Amino acid sequence: MSEGLPRVQRRRHFKSVMANAIIAILAGFAILPLILVFSYIARAGLPALNLDFFYKLPAPAGELGGGMANAIAGSLLMVVMSGLMAIPPGLLCGLYVAEFPNQKLALALRFVIDLLTGVPSIVIGLFAYAVLVVPMGGFNAWAGSAALAIIMLPVVSRTTEEILRLIPGQLREAGLALGLPRWKVLLRLIIRAGRSAIATGVFLAIARASGETAPLLFTSFNNQYWTKSLSEPVASLPVQIYTYAISPYEEWHRLAWAGSLVLVSVVFAINLLSRLLLKRGAK
Amino acid sequence: MSLKRKVRGKRIMKTTILEAQHVSAWYGSHRAVQDINVAVKTGDVLALIGPSGCGKSTFLRCLNRMHEEIDSTRVEGRVFYKGEDIYADNVDPVAVRSAIGMVFQKPNPFPTLTVAENVAAGLRLRGGFSRAEIESRVETALRRSALWDEVKNKLRAPGTSLSGGQQQRLCIARALAVQPEILLMDEPTSALDPISTGRIEELMTELKKSVTIVIVTHNMQQAARISDQTAFFLMGKLVEHGETSQIFNAPAREETENYISGRFG
Repeated sequence: MSEGLPRVQRRRHFKSVMANAIIAILAGFAILPLILVFSYIARAGLPALNLDFFYKLPAPAGELGGGMANAIAGSLLMVVMSGLMAIPPGLLCGLYVAEFPNQKLALALRFVIDLLTGVPSIVIGLFAYAVLVVPMGGFNAWAGSAALAIIMLPVVSRTTEEILRLIPGQLREAGLALGLPRWKVLLRLIIRAGRSAIATGVFLAIARASGETAPLLFTSFNNQYWTKSLSEPVASLPVQIYTYAISPYEEWHRLAWAGSLVLVSVVFAINLLSRLLLKRGAK
Repeated sequence: MSLKRKVRGKRIMKTTILEAQHVSAWYGSHRAVQDINVAVKTGDVLALIGPSGCGKSTFLRCLNRMHEEIDSTRVEGRVFYKGEDIYADNVDPVAVRSAIGMVFQKPNPFPTLTVAENVAAGLRLRGGFSRAEIESRVETALRRSALWDEVKNKLRAPGTSLSGGQQQRLCIARALAVQPEILLMDEPTSALDPISTGRIEELMTELKKSVTIVIVTHNMQQAARISDQTAFFLMGKLVEHGETSQIFNAPAREETENYISGRFG
């Protein structure tokens, strides 16, 4: 007995250390791709990144220098436009589905949103092409933004719905028992309780839309100059990166890496920001 | 104030403020409350007692139309508030709940709001009150719920930062701020320790001067201590209803006696 006890402890200790080690190794494997991608992009992109990149237009093929100012602006423009198109209906949709889960329309809506989440982004681009590019007679910013909006919509709706479902029913009861109409309870109390989590969902949707390339290829297309009107083709970071990356010019390849670095950093920053928001809201 | 004077003036002949007639309530096809007739007099405390699942909480929720907020539920019968049927077609449940407030079993302050904002929530969301008016009503409500001295220096702290007993009194203050004439309390002390429970009981004795109270409680001593009238529920039916002293000292029905003497439930 006096000998058995320490041995059992030693064995348990060994097992515990082993388990921890395995978990640490597996976790390392999970993070490894992220570190590899980011460090590779940073190494390839940093040398080409300078101030010119942020405020100059692309240089003609074969010439050195030039930047992606128009693509950065174009991406920003389309993300803002798509946000305006997708976030309000997405929020309302999630709200409706969460609040009236047993109504037929809500069930149908939920099903459609689920389907939409699974539609490949290239198909959404194709749809926007057929509906907005062909009738408008050319590639344009509206079509690109609409395509991005369709990608954002289910993300916003789903997160909103899930967050609202997590809010305890007693909160709703407390509001109703104060003699407040249902819509006020919903808009002023329930949403307020979940607002930081909902904001996180919105930010993640924005991050997702900022990086999408496929839906923009044949909607907003690309533009080597500043866009003067929303019914013209617009440059965007992902499409510019794509164009430069498949080009035969060494200089463009360098710029494509620089663009990738900027894009990844922005998406990374948005994700980080949303995490911070969530943390602050949880306090 | 006017209400207070009215109650004092009519101490001998109290008027009926709330009356349930043939009230039945369903969850789906399960009839949880069966044909209840009870009247509550202005300024009284009515205690609803009975074993778990006897329908007393459900009945309480029928009194301010909260029962219907649960999916696939149904209420039959009539409930008269000051002579007006709250289940009549043209009556807005929102108006009913403004006059008949509710405090729940678990303290449920709004998590994102401060102490003061919690109390002000009903007024602010209803609109039409000036800032000064809201401020003074918040203070009055907190004083009435015996919480003012404890929270006057942390009105801007989150409501959820208070202790459990304080949170419950905060919820009482929140309900009082919209100045209801009746307060329904659904086991308000069952989640609290004996000291906090004692405070809330003292508070109720004070409150009944200005508000009529209907309280569901599992604690028979509590019912005996604070209520004027007691109604005993069993399996969805009202077994007996009368003066609290009569129910506890000389119950008319055998089931009542068995329950209060602790032979079951």
